Amino acid sequence: MSSVAIKSKGFDFKAFLANNGALVGLVILCLALFIATPRFLTAANLVNVGIQVSTIAVMAFGLTFVIVAAGIDLSVGSVAALSAMVSSYWVSTAALPGGLAIVIGLLVGAACGWVTGAMSAYGKLPTFIASLAMLTIVRGLTLVISDGRPIPTGDAVSFLGSDVGVIPVPIIVLVLSAIVAGFVLNYTVIGKNAFAVGGNTEAARLSGIPVKRVLVTVFVISGIFSALSGMILAGRLDSAQPTLASGYELDAIAAVVIGGASLSGGVGRISGTLIGALVLAVIRNGLNLLSVSAFWQQVVIGLVIAIAVGFDVFRRKNVKH
Amino acid sequence: MSKNPLLVLEKVCKSFGAIQVINEVTVEVHAGKVSVLLGENGAGKSTLIKMIAGVHPPDSGRILLDGEEVKITDTKSSEALGIATIHQELNLVPSMTIAENITLGRVPRRFGIINRREMRAVARAALDRLDLDLHVDTLVGELGLAQQQLVEIAKALSMDARVLILDEPTAALTNSEISQLFAVINQLKAKGVGMVFISHHLDEIAEIGDFVNVLRDGQFIATVPADTHENELVRLMVGREIDEQFPRARTDVADTVLLSVKDLSVGMLNNISLDVRPGEVVALAGLMGAGRTELIRAIAGADAYTSGSVTVAGAPLAGHDVAAATRAGIGHVPEDRKTQGLVLDASVAENIGYATMASSSKLGLVDRKGQRKRAEDIAARLRIRMGSIDQPIRSLSGGNQQKAVFGRWFTAGSKVLLLDEPTRGVDVGAKVEIYELINEITSSGGCVLMASSELPEVLGMSDRVLVMSQGRITGELLTAEATQDKIMAMAVSNVHRENESGNN
Repeated sequence: MSSVAIKSKGFDFKAFLANNGALVGLVILCLALFIATPRFLTAANLVNVGIQVSTIAVMAFGLTFVIVAAGIDLSVGSVAALSAMVSSYWVSTAALPGGLAIVIGLLVGAACGWVTGAMSAYGKLPTFIASLAMLTIVRGLTLVISDGRPIPTGDAVSFLGSDVGVIPVPIIVLVLSAIVAGFVLNYTVIGKNAFAVGGNTEAARLSGIPVKRVLVTVFVISGIFSALSGMILAGRLDSAQPTLASGYELDAIAAVVIGGASLSGGVGRISGTLIGALVLAVIRNGLNLLSVSAFWQQVVIGLVIAIAVGFDVFRRKNVKH
Repeated sequence: MSKNPLLVLEKVCKSFGAIQVINEVTVEVHAGKVSVLLGENGAGKSTLIKMIAGVHPPDSGRILLDGEEVKITDTKSSEALGIATIHQELNLVPSMTIAENITLGRVPRRFGIINRREMRAVARAALDRLDLDLHVDTLVGELGLAQQQLVEIAKALSMDARVLILDEPTAALTNSEISQLFAVINQLKAKGVGMVFISHHLDEIAEIGDFVNVLRDGQFIATVPADTHENELVRLMVGREIDEQFPRARTDVADTVLLSVKDLSVGMLNNISLDVRPGEVVALAGLMGAGRTELIRAIAGADAYTSGSVTVAGAPLAGHDVAAATRAGIGHVPEDRKTQGLVLDASVAENIGYATMASSSKLGLVDRKGQRKRAEDIAARLRIRMGSIDQPIRSLSGGNQQKAVFGRWFTAGSKVLLLDEPTRGVDVGAKVEIYELINEITSSGGCVLMASSELPEVLGMSDRVLVMSQGRITGELLTAEATQDKIMAMAVSNVHRENESGNN
C-alpha cells in the first residue's frame, strides 16, 4: 500500500532501505548482539526468542487488521486471558474432549471481538473507548470465572505450549498464523475492505463497501488471534492464570506500529508486524543476556518505539514531499 | 504597472527530488493591487505561494521586499516581514472565540495573566478595519465558512500584514459571500495592501484582479491585464486552443424512464419527484444549501430518506444502501473526491476497483488479476495520466483523480450516474475530458443527474435543468430555452432573506 519502490533495472537498495526500516533495524540489532555476546546466536537462545515472540506476534497479527481499518483494540490481552480461562474451565469441570476446548477458546475470542466491534460500529463508540471498556469487562469476567485462582489447562491447550520433536509448538502456530493472517489481509475481500475503510471510511461507504460489517469483522479476527495467543501462553504455563497476558496489549500495539502500520489506518503489513514483535523480543532477550536491569529495559523499549515510529513518519513525509 | 513593486519573486526555482516544479518564475506584487496567479492544477501556483509563506524556500533566485533582498526560511520569518497567507484550510481553532483566535500565539498578558480586556480591544480593532459586525466573544465554530475566512483576514491584518495571499478563497463561498469578500478586498486595496489571489473562476479575475500572472508546468508564461478575454486566458493557461468548452453531444432521448424519484422527503428535502430518461443529462441547479447534494446522496443510498421511493429501470430500490444502489446500476461521483471519493494512499488500481471488488470475488478471494486488468483498461480508455497503475492516487492531479472516480463506475457498468459538482477543482483541459465521459454515458444508453453550481456548465452540458430552492424543485426548463437569469430567478424563489447568509 505504502510502497514507493520504483521499478528500475536492478535492485533499488535505497528504496528497499526506506521501505524496510524495521527489518534493517532488526538485522543490525541481531548483528550487534552476535558481536556483544556469544550466548545470543545459540540454538537454545533462538528457540527461546521464538517462543517469547509467538504470543505477542499472534496477538498482534489480529490487531493489525483492526489498526489497518483505522481502529484500535485495547482488549486483546484481556480477551486472551478469558479465552484461555473459559477453555480450561470447561475442560476441568465438564471434561470436554481436548480439541473442543481449543475451539471453545477461539469462539470466546470471536464473541468478545464481535461485542467490541458491534459497540463501535452500531453503538457509535470510538474503538478506543469500546475496547477500553472490554479490557476491564473481560478481565473482570476472567476473575469471576476463575474466582481469582489459576485453573489447570487440558491436554490440548497444554499441547500448544509443548514441543514437537525439537520444534516448539508455539513457533509452529506462529508461522501458520502469519501465513493465514497475511493471506486474509492481502488476498481476500475482508482484508482489502479493511484497507479501504481505514484509508477513507466515507469513500469506502460510498463505493458500496459495508463499513459496519467490516469493522465488526476485523474485531472478530482480532479476538480469534488473541484467543489463540492466550491459549499458547496458558499452554506453556500448563494453567490459565487470571492475570494472564495483562499489559500485553501495549506490546502488541508497539509491534504493529514498529512494523510500519499507521494508527490513522489504511497502512499495515503482517510481515511488518512480525518484524515489530521480533524487534521487541530480541531487544528484551539481548538486554537480559547482557544483564541489563529490567528497569532500564523499559526505558530502552520505549525509546525503540519512539525511534522506529519517528523514522516511519519522517519517511512518509519525504515521500509525500 | 507601477515602478516600485512591494514584493518580487525573481527567477525563483524549486525542485522536489528530480522534478522541477518551479523554473525561473518572476512575479511581482504591488501595493494596492491584486495580482492573480492563474494556472492549471500542477502548474506550480501553490508551490509559489508556499515560497512566499516560507513553507518551501526557493532553491535559487531572489525574493525582494521593497527592493531589498530578504530570506524567507520559515513561516515565522514570512510573518515577521508582514506577509500573511489565507489558506483554503483555515488556521482557526473552532472551539475558541474570535478574540482568542485573533490574538492566538501573541496573547496580551499582564503579570503573566491573560489580559482579556486588551485581547478584546485588539480583536475589536481588527474587525473594525474590515467593517465586520461580529461580536469578539463569539465562538469561531459558530460562524459560517465565509465569516471565518474574514476573521482570518482580520487576524492577518492585526499582525500588520502588507502582503496578503489568498489561496482560492472563493472556492466554498456562495455568491453573496463572495461579494462580501470582494468588498473587503477592495477596502484593502484602498489601504495599500498588496494581494495575491488564486482562483479557478475566470469571471472573478476580471472582477477583482488588476493583472494576471499565468503559469504553466512550472514556467512563467505571461503577465496580462485582468480584463483580458477569457478565451485568451484559457489559451495561455492550457497552451493550446480549447475548441469547445462544453462539447455536449446530444443523443436521442428514449421514451422510457431509467431513474425515477417519487415524493422523496427527508430533512430539508420536500416531496422531490423527478424522472431521467436514457440518453439524457438532467442538471440540478440552485444556490448552495438548496438541497442538491442531499438529494443526490439520498438517491445514491448514502443517506436515508423518510418517505418516497426511488426506482431504476422500473425496479424499486431500497433506501440507504449503497451496495444495493450499485447493483441496480447507480454510480455516485461525490461532491468532494478527496474526502468522499478516494482512498488517497491506496493505488489508482485499488481506487478504481472498490465497487467491483466484492462482486468479482470468488469464495471471498479478491480477483486480483481481473481487478488489475479492468483498472488498466479503464485508465487507458479514460486517458488517466499517471506513471503506473500502482502509484498512490494522491500523487495524481485533481482532474485525473476525478477520472478515476468515474472509472470506478464505468468498471462497475453503472447506467445511472449521479454527479455532484463533477468538475470542481478540475482544470480546464481535464474538464473537457470529463464532459466527454458524460457524453459517453448518454450515448451508450445511460443517463446522468448532475448537481452543479457552475451555470455555464449547467447550460453547456445538460438537456434539461431542474432548479432547486430550499429543498424543493422550484422550476424545470429545457436547456435549449434556459438562460442564467431564468435559472437564478427560480433558484431564489421562496428564499427567505436570512437563509442566504445562514450556515451552509
